[in-house]
Amino acid sequence: MAYLDIKNFTKSFDKTEVLKGIDLSVEKGEVVSIIGSSGSGKTTLLRCINFLEMADGGEMLLDGEVLFNEQTKNEKDEVLRKKRLNFGLVFQSFNLFPQYSVYKNITLAPTVLLKDKIKKYKKSLNGISFKEKREKVKLFKETELKLIDEKCLALLETIGLTEKKDAYPCELSGGQCQRVAIARALALEPKILCFDEPTSALDPELTGEVLKVIKELKNKDRTMIIVTHEMGFAKNVSDKIVFMADGVIEEIGSPKKVLENPKSEKLKHFLQSVTNKDGE
Amino acid sequence: MNYLLLSSQFLTISLDLLVGFVETLKIFFVTLLISLPLGLLIAFGSMSKLKPLKWFCNTFVWIIRGTPLMLQLIIVYYGPGLIFGVGKGLSAYLSTFITFGINYACYFSEIYRGGIESISKGQYEAGKVLGLTKGQIFFKVILMQVVKRIIPPMSNEIITLVKDTSLARIITFYELIFFAQRYIKDGGLLWPLFYTAVYYLVFTALLTLLFRFIEKKLSYYKV
Ligand SMILES: Nc1ncnc2c1ncn2[C@@H]1O[C@H](COP(=O)(O)OP(=O)(O)O)[C@@H](O)[C@H]1O
Ligand SMILES: [Mg+2]
Repeated sequence: MAYLDIKNFTKSFDKTEVLKGIDLSVEKGEVVSIIGSSGSGKTTLLRCINFLEMADGGEMLLDGEVLFNEQTKNEKDEVLRKKRLNFGLVFQSFNLFPQYSVYKNITLAPTVLLKDKIKKYKKSLNGISFKEKREKVKLFKETELKLIDEKCLALLETIGLTEKKDAYPCELSGGQCQRVAIARALALEPKILCFDEPTSALDPELTGEVLKVIKELKNKDRTMIIVTHEMGFAKNVSDKIVFMADGVIEEIGSPKKVLENPKSEKLKHFLQSVTNKDGE
Repeated sequence: MNYLLLSSQFLTISLDLLVGFVETLKIFFVTLLISLPLGLLIAFGSMSKLKPLKWFCNTFVWIIRGTPLMLQLIIVYYGPGLIFGVGKGLSAYLSTFITFGINYACYFSEIYRGGIESISKGQYEAGKVLGLTKGQIFFKVILMQVVKRIIPPMSNEIITLVKDTSLARIITFYELIFFAQRYIKDGGLLWPLFYTAVYYLVFTALLTLLFRFIEKKLSYYKV
């Protein structure tokens, strides 16, 4: 069985069927790109995977564990929150927190989530004196905070923004913002990192720096699902390319197979329109 | 009249008016103390998914904002006595604090609501995918952005409150204007009433400076 296994995902908004039975599997360490014209349901698929939307039907397993099926649809927020942490999502529009520095943007969630961790740790401490317990918890917290700090600094290096650590989002370029957003998502060590058109909101001269970071992540064997319109990049970085049209996966396969030997008329048409745009 | 006498009279009246102004300040601060948090509760109510609660809050805000504050003061002060019999009404203090608190909470709630609704959905979703709870998202992500957005309308409303305090006079709350009016009745002196403007002006000037300072403090980020 694959690492991530999605079977027959369906989703409708009111009466429009947006996902009409999506089957998708992703292996560990694999990079899967999703291409397709606007409105084909790519964003909706990513949002369902990340539990920002609840799929109507189907099944999703990660590493053998059922994350979604017909029975789990009405789960409480608390459970969903834990499930979301399996995934990271990088938005087209970055969605950085404007009031926080780059450093705080990256460390906010790990620091906040540390509270749960400390609570758990406290419960695990039994049969010792109050004072001893307090000492231990304090030490635990300090160690964890140091780990968060170290990880953040390492991530800043990965995205090449070490010197922007204390800058605020409004002082950064779009490309820099998106790199911070990637680091922010990585700080929680998601099993699978999803990107929704990470370069679509950027000026053309800034897309390169973001794509470079994503490529480096591939070299570190990150499992990623990338919705993109950058065909060259998709060809270059993907192990598998998925072509979506009208809520179904029309074609799927290696970059070579999908991009160079398209079978369906829809894909041929789509590739033509993309190359035409590039040629302009 | 000799100069010394005049200036000593000026000093005495200034100090006396200062006592009145302290009463005015009581209304001002107690109103903020009540209305700032209460407004947030009403704002949450008016955005609630529970239809009856939402409807109730919206109607309440409509009624409070749609009627004069002076009328509300009179109703709260005289109403209970009229309905439940003489002597059972609220004191002038209590009526004033309750009425002002609720009245301003309704105005603030609309400002809060506008501020909260103006924050993009993306900010909530970014918080969600990072595994934060609803409460954490509100307090860690949304709140400071809302604060920055609402400072200008809030400062407007708060400066209006400084002047609205004078309405409490009509239910015998002895505030600054009331103190000044006594000089007309008692000694035919009109100038103390005119002179009260100085107190209001100094205080609103201080508030204006305070809000400018806060705005400047928050200028390091854009929302
Ligand atoms: N929240 C929503 N409510 C109603 N319709 C939606 C919503 N989100 C997406 N849609 C519709 O679903 C279709 C697919 O959208 P989307 O997943 O964003 O496609 P893509 O990302 O491939 O451009 C579109 O027709 C869009 O209008
Ligand atoms: Mg999209």
